[in-house]
Parts: sequence; structure tokens; C-alpha cells
Amino acid sequence: MREVCDLVVVGAGPGGLAAACRAAEAGLDVLVLDAQPEPGGQVWRGEARKGSNRLARRWLTRFSASGARFRPGARVIAAPEPGVLLVEEASSSFAVRYGRAVLATGARERFLPFPGWTLPGVLGVSGLQVLVKDGLPIEGKRVVLAGTGPLLLVAAATIHAHGGEVLYIAEQASAASHWGFALQLWRQPAKLLQGALMSAKLVSVPTSTDAWVTAAEGERRLEAVRLSVRGREEHLHCDYLGAAYGLVPNLEVARLLGCETSAGAVVVDDRLETRVPKVHAVGELLGIGGVDQALVTGALAGLVAAEQPVPLELERSWHRVRTFAAQLARHDAPRAELLRLAAPDTLLCRCEDVPMSALEGCQNLREARLYARLGMGACQGRTCGTAAQALFGWSGEDVRPPCLPARIGSLRLPSDVSSTHTRES
Amino acid sequence: MREASLKNASVVTLRINGREVTVPVGTSVAAALAMMDSFVSRADLSGRPRGPLCGMGVCFECRATIDGVPEVLMCLTPCREDQTVVTDA
Repeated sequence: MREVCDLVVVGAGPGGLAAACRAAEAGLDVLVLDAQPEPGGQVWRGEARKGSNRLARRWLTRFSASGARFRPGARVIAAPEPGVLLVEEASSSFAVRYGRAVLATGARERFLPFPGWTLPGVLGVSGLQVLVKDGLPIEGKRVVLAGTGPLLLVAAATIHAHGGEVLYIAEQASAASHWGFALQLWRQPAKLLQGALMSAKLVSVPTSTDAWVTAAEGERRLEAVRLSVRGREEHLHCDYLGAAYGLVPNLEVARLLGCETSAGAVVVDDRLETRVPKVHAVGELLGIGGVDQALVTGALAGLVAAEQPVPLELERSWHRVRTFAAQLARHDAPRAELLRLAAPDTLLCRCEDVPMSALEGCQNLREARLYARLGMGACQGRTCGTAAQALFGWSGEDVRPPCLPARIGSLRLPSDVSSTHTRES
Repeated sequence: MREASLKNASVVTLRINGREVTVPVGTSVAAALAMMDSFVSRADLSGRPRGPLCGMGVCFECRATIDGVPEVLMCLTPCREDQTVVTDA
């Protein structure tokens, strides 16, 4: 099976939706792929059904009226030649031949290993938040959150709103860094308002800067956590722990297509085109910047793809959100203590059960893969690779297809998609 | 009659490891797993329990056999009527 389109958009979060809307409204045939069952990405997860967030509702409504086609549950697994993607769905697969591509694959959480982090009940900060949005019963459950930046408060607000009892919010950043960052938010009126609303709802929750989780304890599931709070230890019994330290871009599809990356972000020009011609990158792929950055860059890439003029105001907005992103990156950078929490028997790679002790003597990710099987399991190093980058400074290797576990049949290029055939108009 | 049809429209009943669980429409299978006795999605190589971690289709901790299809991620799968979920926990 195959699909042909002018523009393929990978990812249906705010960035992908903005790009798809602008391009489809300008008359392009747009195909949007996303692994989730509904559009909205992680930040607007469930909004397609609930419609409680006004900004999300506006974009999702616009998207469904735009004429862009949406394929839910679709995962890009390979890019066998320029202009072609192989995509796997629940029980089938198809090839996409495209004229241009916008990559809007978003971000994931940065997990750092600590004793007990593999216990059921220990999740990411946003990981726990999205499961609560998806219906995980949290009412009356005791929750501890440890992480960094605005997402920590956003997650706390969601859990609180669903009846969860947030016992503690541990912010890893130092007080000086944290409040310095908060004071900068006045430049971002929308964010300042969000911050104020969230703080108002959570005034009764103990919160500390210079605080992080040192261990999770329990037999078959999480029962308690140990925290380091400004140098003293706290011990709290709880049902769930959300622990992750900021976000990192999902670079796999960009790397698969051969896009250049630098300092953990995709390199683009002022038209948001990557070093690979006709492939653009938007949103978190440019460095973590949140919804505002995703909407602005998505719109920009959509207009460029459709060869429409880009309003000056949109370019100005982009430079404004970049300033916020740079401040966020400084605030969210994990402190040195977080990189020393894992014990020799703490697993770094959760898929292949590789403990920290197995990595002694390994100089880089390649050696860790070859000698200790780090990152060789089902998630293909998405979790431990990010941790190893923070812990040891090991950077990711090239992404080889398939970039996700895939059925063997999905990797076969349908004969009618091979490059000898020209696209029918 | 009308009440029954309304009720049918707002909840679904699925089976996780042979046990029936009824959840609101829109609940993900990973979220439904938290309604079971244990929040365990698989066992690691030493038999120790694991549960969902990332919630976003990244970590693969929540993979299970859903309606006969192996290695499906529970966090990306909405609950459906008569769905059968089997974990390897």
C-alpha cells in the first residue's frame, strides 16, 4: 500500500498541526502521521475528545477543517530513499512518497537512573501526567514529583485537579537559578499567567528548590521515596513517583533522514530547512521551547513548504521564543549530584538489564553497545542513551533502520514506490 | 433503554490477563492497568516486575499482546469493548 502527498508531516502535536494547517490551507495535499490515536501530541493529549483547552480546541478544529489527511497510530520506521518513508500501523504498513517533509516529532523526558527507578509506580513527571489525563485513577493517591522547570508544576496541577494528593514537589535547580528564571518570565506574558495560575492552585503543596529524589523503595511496587532537600534527607511514603529532568528532542526520524544535528538539536536555516533539501524541522527538534515555539515554527515551515510569504511578525515571534528556550535550557540542565545517584547494581538500560557496573572500562556508546548490550533492546536506547549522554557525555550514534521495532514485512519497499516511477500529478 | 444506551456509550469493558475491567471511553490501556491489583506490565530478565514509565510510546516498558498482536504499547492504545490484553508479567 502507498500514499502520495505534496507534504508529509511527521507528528501531530502543535508544531505539526500548525505546519499542516498552513500548508493545506494554501492548497497542498498534506498527510500527517502520528503514533498516537488522536492528534494533539503529548501537550494536547486527550484534547481531541475533551476540548477543555481553548488553544488546543482552536487548532484541532482548524486542523480538521484544513483538508489535511491524518493517519493515527502510524510510526515511521525507515527512509529507504530520498522522498520515501516506510510507515507501520497496528497490523499493516505502507510507503509514503512526498515532495516535502516537516518533522515535528516533539520531545521525550530525560530519565536519570537512581536506585529503585525500575519499580512499578515510578514514572516520568509528564509520563505520570499523561497517564492521569488518559484515565489512570489518581484520586486519593499520594504522589511525589521530582524534576525541573515549568513542566513539573504543569504535571502537579493536572494531578491535583484529578484529586491526587501531591505530597512534595522537588525542583532540582538551585534557588538562584530557579527564581532568576521565573523573573525572566515577564517577557513571556502567556507563560507568566500559566505560572501564576499553577502556583495559586498548589500553594499548599510543599515545594523546594535544590531538591531531588535519591532512591525509590518497595517490594513489588513503589512504597516510599528518599529525597535530598537542601542537604537534608526526607523519607515519604507514596503511591506514585514522577521523576524526570527536563525534555530532550526526539531526533531519531531526523537522523534517519540524514539531517545534521548539533548540541542535541536539528540544524536548520532561516526557512527551517534542515541540511537535507526539502526536509524541515520544527518545535522541540530545534531545542526545547514548548507550545509557543512549536506553533510559531510549525506555521513558518508550513508557509515555506507551500511557497507562501512569511509575515515579518512570525519571524519576530520565532526569535522571541528562542530567547525563552535558551533560558529554559540553562534552568533545566541537570545538576552534578543527579549524575551520581545510581549505584553499581542500578540498571541503566532497562530493556537489556544493563547495570552501571557493566559499563566499567567502556569509553563510548559503541563500546557500551558491543560489550554490555547498552541500548540494544526494544526502545533502541531512547531511554538509556539520553541518560548515558548526561552521565558520561556519550553522544548518540547514527540511527539505522528500522528506527523502531518493526515487522519484517513492513521493511519491504512496495514496487510501485521505487524511484524509477515518477509521481503522477 | 435510553439509560442503558447512554451507559454503553460512555464506558467500555475489556479483559486484562483474563480479568474484566470497565473504564470510561478514552481511557488508555496503560491507565486501565493501574486499576488492576498490580501496576505491572512485564517482568525483566530476572523476573522482577516493571510498570509503565514514559506514557508516550518511548520506553517500551508497557508492551503487551493486545487482541493477538504482540509488542503493542499500552500507553498508545485506547481501551475498546471486548479487547483482550495479555501481559508477560
